Amino acid sequence: MNKASSLDHAAPSGDATGQHGYGSHPAGILRWLTTTNHKDIGSMYLIFALIMFFVGGAMILAVRAELFQPGLQLMQPEFFNQLIGVHALVMIFAALMPAATGFANWQIPLMIGAPDMALPRINNWGFWLLPPAAMLLTLPFILAIFGIGDGAVATGWTLYAPLSVQGGMGVDFAIFAIHILGISSILGSINIIVTIFNLRAPGMTMMKLPLFCWGWLITAFLLIATIPVLAGAVTMLLTDRHFGTNFFNAAGGGDPILFQHLFWFFGHPEVYILLLPVWGLMPHVISTFSRKPVYGYKAQVYSFIAIGVLGVVVWAHHFLTAGLPVPALLYFMYSTMAISLPLAVLFFCWIATMWRGAMSFETPMLFAIGFIVLFGMAGLTGLVLADVAADAQYHHSYFVVAHFHYALFAGGIMGVMTGVYYWLPKWTGHMVDEKLGKLHFWLTVVSFNLTFMPQFFLGLAGMPRRIPDYALQFTEFNAISTVGAFILGLSQLIFAYVVWKCMRGGGKASDRVWEGTTGLEWDLPSPPPHHSWETQPVIK
Amino acid sequence: MKTPHRPCLRLAIPLPALLAALLPALAHADYSWNFPTPVTPIARNTLHIHNEFMIIITVLFVTVFAIMIYSMFKHRKSLGHQPAKFTGPTGTVQWLWALVPFAILIFIDYILVGIPAYHAVIQMEDTKTKADMVLKVTGMQWKWQYEYPDSGVKFISNMATSREQIANKEAKGPHYLLDVDNPVVLPVGKKVRILITSTDVIHTWWVPQFAVKRDAIPGFLRETWVNIETPGIYRGQCAELCGKDHGFMPVVVQALPEAEYLAWIDRKKSEMAAAAAGSEKTWSKDELIAAGKDVYEKQCAVCHQPNGQGMPPAFPPIAGSKIVTGPLLSPEGKLIKDSHVDRALNGKEGTAMQAFKNTLSDTELAAVITYQRNSFGNAKGDFIQPAMIKILRQTEKKEIL
Repeated sequence: MNKASSLDHAAPSGDATGQHGYGSHPAGILRWLTTTNHKDIGSMYLIFALIMFFVGGAMILAVRAELFQPGLQLMQPEFFNQLIGVHALVMIFAALMPAATGFANWQIPLMIGAPDMALPRINNWGFWLLPPAAMLLTLPFILAIFGIGDGAVATGWTLYAPLSVQGGMGVDFAIFAIHILGISSILGSINIIVTIFNLRAPGMTMMKLPLFCWGWLITAFLLIATIPVLAGAVTMLLTDRHFGTNFFNAAGGGDPILFQHLFWFFGHPEVYILLLPVWGLMPHVISTFSRKPVYGYKAQVYSFIAIGVLGVVVWAHHFLTAGLPVPALLYFMYSTMAISLPLAVLFFCWIATMWRGAMSFETPMLFAIGFIVLFGMAGLTGLVLADVAADAQYHHSYFVVAHFHYALFAGGIMGVMTGVYYWLPKWTGHMVDEKLGKLHFWLTVVSFNLTFMPQFFLGLAGMPRRIPDYALQFTEFNAISTVGAFILGLSQLIFAYVVWKCMRGGGKASDRVWEGTTGLEWDLPSPPPHHSWETQPVIK
Repeated sequence: MKTPHRPCLRLAIPLPALLAALLPALAHADYSWNFPTPVTPIARNTLHIHNEFMIIITVLFVTVFAIMIYSMFKHRKSLGHQPAKFTGPTGTVQWLWALVPFAILIFIDYILVGIPAYHAVIQMEDTKTKADMVLKVTGMQWKWQYEYPDSGVKFISNMATSREQIANKEAKGPHYLLDVDNPVVLPVGKKVRILITSTDVIHTWWVPQFAVKRDAIPGFLRETWVNIETPGIYRGQCAELCGKDHGFMPVVVQALPEAEYLAWIDRKKSEMAAAAAGSEKTWSKDELIAAGKDVYEKQCAVCHQPNGQGMPPAFPPIAGSKIVTGPLLSPEGKLIKDSHVDRALNGKEGTAMQAFKNTLSDTELAAVITYQRNSFGNAKGDFIQPAMIKILRQTEKKEIL
């Protein structure tokens, strides 16, 4: 392999804070507006995601505060409905997805031995579409303060017609935000696919491709397959709202359930879009801190592909109570259960990678283990939810809310944090504050369970989701959940501080950073040079 | 061993403090850890499936993570454990070890829970076999309408919890948010086929103790069934986000022995006959306004507000409204399009304003229209008779269909 020492070290400016060393490039804000460098863009994606994570988090803390006690204390139901929907849209489209894309930007060229992403200008556009989209999503809140319109979209993130046909202009803002976010995702996906297919180092066959890249490859294909369906669905919604079409209006020959089919044809793969990059990075982290090679590489690749394929044929389990015909109920139940098999392969491989290793428990490893255990609970409750008869009781209840937060907070967000703690030293050249990292981990895990575990029981006892006020028998669990949510939210400030501190300085990170690392990215210096691999390494 | 445990120690300080703070609440709380007591065959079956499921996934969870935790304690660098190098199963024995979990999982998915799930689905969806009666449920923003096609009984069920309780101005009653003015009454021991639809957006009819949850979809009929085994009052809620008062449209079912149920049906029938007679009689303006105030507070105040100011732009005000203060009828006594009466009868498409001719009686409509024209500073002075509403209904038949 080509050693890093042969590379240009004069301007190691890939990190988010470092000054640019190449004289011909613009400085200041123009540098960030015009950059085509994969590391700059990756950093912008990650910082944007972190900011939006706090925006979405603040929204839901307001919701949890309202739900602390029965009765309406802080807000009216209309505003409550806006907060829950925009919280979800922000967390999914503006926090988790950009974070994963930030990882892809930073890591894929480093991992496959490329100088940059294949389509740098598209890369720049992919990012710079995000801030306007996020603004569109949240602008109606601000307009409402000035008496324009009645606030943001109040239909929940699912935008179900006819409620969304009835809604105010917040719905239109959300539709256009989704269009722009969708374009951004598709541009990012094309770039990732082209990069992986064309810029791999000589000798890196597809079956030597790092698992993180494999996870992202499947995600990119899922995005390209399903985002256009969502775009179509919301466009139909737009024409139903303003141009008199009747796609979702039974009185005009349409069908409200058609919207749900289209939405979830995107919406279910979306879950895997959010999780596949995380599943891809987990084996790297576990293998590093177990000091042992990844177990079942091929099995994991095939599982990613199987989950990707199964993911697009199970969508209707999101509305099993809508009155589907019996054969459809049975099909969607059994096909959903089938997902447990490739998912079990992944769990098996993660644990088998740890088995008989020489483990140590630095912050990234703690987050990885926390991820495995809590995501395991999401998987198991998901298996239960697939059962049509039991689903009749769980559906639309807090049981589902708890389930998907185990999947998307413990699975998605904690997965992303695993990656940040793991790769941040490589990106910045500084080690992360381990003490604070571990404090952040323990606070997050405990308060996460304090927040969401009671919600399982609330759901079983019969509390519907998306209600601004609740009957008295739900009081205690809601109070506990709110306390947990505030600890959880405040703990994330530690995370922001740790990241900031690591960007500013800290112990020098070596090229390999952690003891057990394997892979091309660790051959480069920390931080890597501006054009990551100027000479392609050769894989034997 | 020492290093990885240190963070636990640090956590040991805030955690007990937190528990101590929560303890008074925790100790007095009446927790519910599982489904409420089932009262239908489906609910008993669902609870059984759920309990079985919880045992299975707990066993899976504990087994898998026991192996992982064992490994975390045994195979750690600080104990000097040397890492192995294997990257996959080698040899027959290891392959067997790798495949056994998947065989077990396939068995669980498709045999252990898959087969009972099949039968449960067939049972749940069999709404027609030996059904004794039909109940039609119509969801609308934000109340339920119940209709008994066999006897023609039809009524609206509104939440009975006062707005003052919700705004914390009054003490909350024992059935806070789960109380209605007219509960739906069903006989015990009878298979009731329930047809569900909606007039505006999607709602979901849910009573946890029946384990029945079905979406109410505008323009389509969906169905489910219940056979309640024990008399009693069962409470549930709308479960699909349906707009601002989604949290305030409870479902309350009163299950009675058959004889009492039949007596109730008879009573309801005579109430409806009395209401119909009301539309024959000539009312005075003051009588109409007095009756209209009642209707307004139940049907209109949710959106247009008790003071008639509405919540613009979604819910326009009644006070000073151009529509309300416009002409009542055309000089020939015909309905004017987009007039006050037209709005009240036919609603406005694409908004939460529904066609109240489907839910209110002639008397109620005449009363509330008269009330709105003569309150909140609106001083039209005119009024409309229930008999006139009846005529408008008939001449507008085509639209009603």
